[in-house]
Amino acid sequence: MKRLVRNRLFWPVLALLLLIALNTASRPSFLSITVHDGALYGSLIDVLRNSAQLMLVSIGMMLVIATRGIDLSVGALLSVSGAVTLTYIAGSSDPSSIGTVLTGITIGLVVTLVLGLWNGFLVAAIGMQPIIATLVLMLAGRGIAMLITQGQITTIRSTPYQFIATGHLLGLPFALYISVAVVLVVALLVRRTALGMLIEAVGINPEASRLAGVRSRGIIWGVYAVSGLLAGGAGILYSSNIMAADANNAGLNIELDAILAVVIGGTSLMGGKFSISGTVVGVLILQTLTATITFLAIPPAVTPVFKAVVVIIVCLLQSPKARSLLTGRRQRRRSPGRPRHPVASAQASVPTSEATGETVVTR
Amino acid sequence: MTETVVAELRGITVEFPGVKALDDVDLVLRRGEVHALMGENGAGKSTLIKALTGVYPIDAGTITVTGSLRHFGGTDDAQEAGIATVYQEVNLCANLTVGENVMLGHEVHGALGIDWKATHAHARDVLARLDLGIDPRSMLSSHSIAVQQLVAIGRAMVIDSTVLVLDEPTSSLDRDEVEQLFAVMRGLRDDGVSILFVSHFLDQIYEICDRVTVLRNGHLEGEYAISDLPQVELVAKMLGRELALLDSIAERSADVAVRHTGTPALQALAVGRKGMIEPVDLELYSGEVVGVAGLLGSGRTELARLLYGADRADTGQIRVNGSDARLSNPRSAASQRIAFSSEDRRKEGIVGDLTVRENLILGLQAKRGWMRPMNRIQQDKIVAEYIQALGIRPTDPETPISNLSGGNQQKVLLARWLATAPQILILDEPTRGIDVGAKAEIQKLITQLADDGMAVLFISSELEEVVRLSQRICVMRDRAKIAEVSGESVDVDDLVSLIAREGKAS
Repeated sequence: MKRLVRNRLFWPVLALLLLIALNTASRPSFLSITVHDGALYGSLIDVLRNSAQLMLVSIGMMLVIATRGIDLSVGALLSVSGAVTLTYIAGSSDPSSIGTVLTGITIGLVVTLVLGLWNGFLVAAIGMQPIIATLVLMLAGRGIAMLITQGQITTIRSTPYQFIATGHLLGLPFALYISVAVVLVVALLVRRTALGMLIEAVGINPEASRLAGVRSRGIIWGVYAVSGLLAGGAGILYSSNIMAADANNAGLNIELDAILAVVIGGTSLMGGKFSISGTVVGVLILQTLTATITFLAIPPAVTPVFKAVVVIIVCLLQSPKARSLLTGRRQRRRSPGRPRHPVASAQASVPTSEATGETVVTR
Repeated sequence: MTETVVAELRGITVEFPGVKALDDVDLVLRRGEVHALMGENGAGKSTLIKALTGVYPIDAGTITVTGSLRHFGGTDDAQEAGIATVYQEVNLCANLTVGENVMLGHEVHGALGIDWKATHAHARDVLARLDLGIDPRSMLSSHSIAVQQLVAIGRAMVIDSTVLVLDEPTSSLDRDEVEQLFAVMRGLRDDGVSILFVSHFLDQIYEICDRVTVLRNGHLEGEYAISDLPQVELVAKMLGRELALLDSIAERSADVAVRHTGTPALQALAVGRKGMIEPVDLELYSGEVVGVAGLLGSGRTELARLLYGADRADTGQIRVNGSDARLSNPRSAASQRIAFSSEDRRKEGIVGDLTVRENLILGLQAKRGWMRPMNRIQQDKIVAEYIQALGIRPTDPETPISNLSGGNQQKVLLARWLATAPQILILDEPTRGIDVGAKAEIQKLITQLADDGMAVLFISSELEEVVRLSQRICVMRDRAKIAEVSGESVDVDDLVSLIAREGKAS
């Protein structure tokens, strides 16, 4: 039990379960899942389907945060990819052909990838602070999207495009497949190669990593590119859902939700160790929360307050300090900073391993 | 000059968990003197300054300032007593004007809040006292570090301090800037201010100071008038050596380098960097340990960083195995099979939250690139091999490295480099701050590595260690190489006298 509590995922998962329980208590139909034309429907399915956008953005954000960075531009990039893709499809002769849709999506993703590379260039090559570097596109991105859509809300009719966000495959929403695929690909990419460890090393101690020969500039550049690309993917999902490119409102404030999801999932804003499963749970918590607001018919005026309260509770539950305050176990620390002099450790520690048999290292 | 005591610290003891950083130390500052505080790394200089300026509470002893007994609960108490401090890194706000920085917290108030005109006028007066004719309304960031340093002193003088503590103010200044600072210091001294001056540059101490207090390992070595204490004696006291007839021996053994044939593994031809280190020539052959001896700040770390590409050299040429190598960053050095272990283990060595295994394979993995990961079986094999070979404790490779003792962290870092099979190994203070047992193990390991054909550059502030391990020793002082001696023919006393030899070698 104790080991369970100490697990990093314990508190976020508990929070998620509590949210679901709260919904179920107020209306038992929350848990019900029905079958229509071979596809599953229900509140939980909706949460999974709707979470896809935030999932993509948060996974990218997580990688950026792990390198001690932050990407504020994701919401704007989301609107850019929607605008680019829909403008292409709307201008083509046959908006309903799969070829047109695939080309449109590719163009949209390439554009956001390039914008992500731009962010990475500012941070990794120029050395700008991430929050400023990405603020540039956060502000300019929506302007670019407006330019592309010429200030209009571009709408299209295209069955294959609509399928992305609203279609079903084997009974489950197609968007869920995208979301799961992205999580799996990123998980494989960072945990099956050495990338994850190198990202963490750069995030924890950039100078030590540089001296160890880690190509930290390339890694930092890369995570911003990935974040841009994934934000672009989220933009496709968003525009497919409403079949319109809304440069002003697409992905509004999603960067804040994504940062929240990453933090709730146990990744520190100071960089370093990151948790993909934690981020997934964080996204599900935020999405369930949104569903809860609709489900409990909470008036729109108090929605932000409700959301804030829940988020604060989750974050407090995660903080060991707050928990020990709650349980009344307070630890006291000696006030003055510890000396950094070598004498300190030299005198403080006693040799223990003198009896160790030495073997010759031959390399 | 009157011999009025301004500040008197008696029997100061400061304890940190498990260690006495200062044990029964005295410091007496007189009116109108420049007083040097000397000691090697870890001698307790910073702790003493922090006790004087109210940063650390003292566990025993008394602090008397201008005749009355003081208890400093914080830095503001010390400031009120007239003790001002200028730290090594300039602690000012670069984005404020010079005047705002000088007057911060002491602005002149008028009927409608702050009277900026009067504030800036006052700042101008303070700066004029330092012969600094800059416009108080200019941005601080538009001035050089040296001027910023002087502005920091100006800020300290606003509160009419009687004691001014300068903690290594000259470490990032060039020759002319140092002169400018010294002129200001002399002016303040003549006005009756008592200046406590910390510096690693012996020549500067002898140029500006009247008295010196020497600390070693947290104890008081003594207080001397600088004119009565030859440089060589000062160094001997800092390092804790009995003074013998050193000079003649040193003369004899200097520049009797071992003759080598063949191509050096690493050859530095006039490698230097402006403001960091004068051009240095150095050859490093396979199978030998070359020691670097010198005081802190003598340029030994800078040399190591240039040879590894951690900082870029702006003069000279580095050759690896006889062919020119451009070492513009650590990666290019690593690809030439050069490895470098930094003196700052915590900031530049370990990656705290990662495990022993991850820290150990980081160097090898960085070399392979992220696309070519090692599988867990390979990793575990390498890690287990080194944990056993170097006797790393605890033996569990999944322990976060921050939980290990200093000595074991150092072993992991050594293993990180050994795993990449380097031919040249640069070790900057590999034995600093680790226990005696681990120290001996690491020394033994270094010898074995050289026997196996590696070229090792070994930097340490413990001269015994340097002498014991090295075949040749490069002696550094005031950011320049001053001699190269054979390790067999010198002992520690020779090195001390070489380091302390009067006059500049360049």
